[in-house]
Amino acid sequence: MSTAATVKSVPQARPSKSASPPTAKSAVARTVKYALLLLFLCIILMPAYVLFVTSFKGIGDATPTRAWQLPTEWYFGGWDRAWDVLAPALGRTFSMVIPAAVISAFIGSMNGFVLSRWRFPGADIVFTLILFGMFIPYQAVMIPLVQLMQALSVPSGVPSLIVLHVVYGLPITTLIFRNYYAGVPHELIESARVDGANMLRTYRSIILPISMPAFVVVLMWQFTSAWNDYLFALFFSNSRNGPVTISLNFLASGQLQDYSASMAGALIASVPTLLVYILLGRYFVGGLMAGSVKG
Amino acid sequence: MSTQTPAKRRGGHRVWGPPLLLITPTIVVLGVFVYGLIGANLNTSFQDRHTRGPSEGYVGFENYALLFSDDTFLYSLRNLLLYTGTFLLGTLILGFMWAWLLEKGVRGESLFRAVYLFPMAVSFIASGVVWRWLLNNAEGDRSSGLNRLFGSLGLDFLQNPWWTHERWGIMAIALPAVWQLSGYVMALFLAGFRGIPEELREAGRIDGATEWQLYRHVLFPQLSPVALSAIIIIGHMSLKVFDLIMAIAGQTNYTTQVPATQMWVEFTRGDYAKSAAIGTVLLLIVAVLIVPYLVATYRSERRR
Repeated sequence: MSTAATVKSVPQARPSKSASPPTAKSAVARTVKYALLLLFLCIILMPAYVLFVTSFKGIGDATPTRAWQLPTEWYFGGWDRAWDVLAPALGRTFSMVIPAAVISAFIGSMNGFVLSRWRFPGADIVFTLILFGMFIPYQAVMIPLVQLMQALSVPSGVPSLIVLHVVYGLPITTLIFRNYYAGVPHELIESARVDGANMLRTYRSIILPISMPAFVVVLMWQFTSAWNDYLFALFFSNSRNGPVTISLNFLASGQLQDYSASMAGALIASVPTLLVYILLGRYFVGGLMAGSVKG
Repeated sequence: MSTQTPAKRRGGHRVWGPPLLLITPTIVVLGVFVYGLIGANLNTSFQDRHTRGPSEGYVGFENYALLFSDDTFLYSLRNLLLYTGTFLLGTLILGFMWAWLLEKGVRGESLFRAVYLFPMAVSFIASGVVWRWLLNNAEGDRSSGLNRLFGSLGLDFLQNPWWTHERWGIMAIALPAVWQLSGYVMALFLAGFRGIPEELREAGRIDGATEWQLYRHVLFPQLSPVALSAIIIIGHMSLKVFDLIMAIAGQTNYTTQVPATQMWVEFTRGDYAKSAAIGTVLLLIVAVLIVPYLVATYRSERRR
């Protein structure tokens, strides 16, 4: 894995040097291409349309015959009901996700620095074993994990989830930072060593300041995956102390199918990750690709 | 990359103290939380422990033997395979096609890219809310969701019971998964396309290759490492499918059983041994996909 492709956004197309003169055939091809792109655009947006439209429908308005139509009148009751259920959970989710992302990013950054620079004996095997932790199905550790967390008396809800997202986030944060630092010129660190800076100082004064792009990717990745997590939340919290995925599923899977409230809730629960995606979308692909695409 | 040996020049012998000290906490924590717990889970799966109470002693492989003679478990394994096949094929085909369409640059590329990619930011639980509505199994006059859409487009023959179908129901759960992750695969392929040196295309054109030949014989082969990455990433996500099923069908629905949902159900029943055994089987299935990839990674690390 010789990748330096860590923190990169999808590159723009290069201007084609050999622009062939337009022919009838290429005009047809271009039309087909845009038609396909637009068709897929509509298909991808269709669920978003349904979410949006249904969330504004009143109780009597969500009948099958009117399923795909706009609301007869725009009604905010669903949003009110969803907000009542989700608001406390939203606060808890923020207080869980932010520390989880920041802590695992910092530890990952130090690990990545060490693993990219010091080939201590067995470093490769240690790295590979850390990497494996990224792929395991958590079902394979869940039962003893529940017991371990009880034995350590970590309270259920936010504290447990912070610990779990930090611990199981370490493999990917370490990987992303390690690949990023592998691309840092040696001279930079050598120059610090000549000055007699020790390792921790090298890390703080030289490595940390140039780490921002990797931090953006890692924080974003961790924020999104912790925010969207349902599995850990299910085992380590409940609807009174858990994150928004638990409350949303509770709201949506009730006996009374309150479609407008469920759909409004799904939109509310997705706002933070969508905002992150819109603001930092260029880096979004960085995450898992970092380790897996041969540069 | 030249090997960095910080202390060698000082005394002639290697001092690995500081870097090891910095990484030791992670090694210990992951050692316990990953490898220690896998071992503990394995240990539980070999015991007679089918209630919340303490273990009644060891039973060897009995729990596994019971699992593999249980029709429901075999059905859930088959479901997992079918789901993974659908999910992989769907995301690879769509992702590759979108990347190909966008590859040479089209007007509004960033809009298309952003829209194709955005479902990835949404949780499976949130998208499950809308897909449960879209995949409503009512047909005819009572239909809603996609069945209603097909009906009003005159495509009634496409109406189907979606995830409630006993044989193919699980494939309906793969639809939202494909919707969510195809954009990610597109981004992987797009980065792959754009990483191909321009000289390769030029050389192909000079040799008189048609556009199709250029793709078929020059560009596509360059993308096989990307395809492999996509298979690893989507494949391991797919084998762990859980959230989507919980959100769309719920934990008790038979037609959408997979090992992960069964593991949760057995856990809530207090059958820890059976639950642990299912977890181990799932780990082994994922390992079949991941270990060869990790071994290859390890080898290339050694050469670094």
